[in-house]
Amino acid sequence: MELANIEKLLEKYLNAETSIAEEKELKNYFSQGNVAPHLKEYETLFGYFSTSKNERFTKTIQLKTKKVNWKWLSVAASIVLLVSVYTGYQKNQERKAEKIIAETQMALGMLSANLNKGTAAVAHLQQFETTKNKVFKQPK
Amino acid sequence: MKQSDFLKTVMPFKDKVFRLAKRLLVSTEEAEDATQELYFKLWKNKNKLNDYNSVEAFAMTMTKNYCFDRLKSKQASNLKLVHSNYQENGTPLHKQVELNDSVSLVHKLIERLPEQQKIIIQLRDIEEYEFEEIAEMLQINPTAVRVSLSRARKTIREQLTKQHNYGIS
Repeated sequence: MELANIEKLLEKYLNAETSIAEEKELKNYFSQGNVAPHLKEYETLFGYFSTSKNERFTKTIQLKTKKVNWKWLSVAASIVLLVSVYTGYQKNQERKAEKIIAETQMALGMLSANLNKGTAAVAHLQQFETTKNKVFKQPK
Repeated sequence: MKQSDFLKTVMPFKDKVFRLAKRLLVSTEEAEDATQELYFKLWKNKNKLNDYNSVEAFAMTMTKNYCFDRLKSKQASNLKLVHSNYQENGTPLHKQVELNDSVSLVHKLIERLPEQQKIIIQLRDIEEYEFEEIAEMLQINPTAVRVSLSRARKTIREQLTKQHNYGIS
């Protein structure tokens, strides 16, 4: 493109009267390297615009991070709750069973002690039998 | 709106959102956070997106407002962004020197502009939006966009010429 035209476009550019297409023409002209010396400062300007447009957002965008975290947190919390309730229940059952066993053992102990007393008493009865045999004649 | 539809509508302009955020917030990390936050907001409002005739314009407006909020809260807590020694990641040294010479000069000149002009330069000269679109995004009339843009362009050019002549002589 001829220089006069570029100068005219630049004038319009400064007054913000250029269209997008005309601005693209300017960008093209200043990117091809062969720029008139008195327009050198524009080369920097349009060069900057072109390179700036190449900057990219490189990270991945996450849409649901916070939501997901909450969901998993609640799931984890409910699992912990379930496990603790279950083990607590188990422990409680065990303790109850132990108590019952202890009580039963005590009861059985008492029973056997008393039973032994009984047998001791029965042993005395034998004495009656021998004495009676001495007193009465045994039928033949 | 399903996730795939949503992504199809909003993903094409994610770089534009990022670049606008970076223009206003300066640091890359801040701009990345802003972009992430904006898409999260869009996703939450996905059912209302169909009500807007241009989702892209709506997103740009949201980006602008979000960045202004960030800047305001930063000023309020006296945490001013320090970016004088800011370096672009992954740019080779010789390129950086070259950038410092000229291109980053333009960057600095744009940085010095008032916020509104900064946004308009970004949206017009870099993203190549039409005046009507920019007017919709900024909720001002197209003539005001034109006036601001012309003012911004003239300021940059003036400074640039000054620097240029200084460099030669």
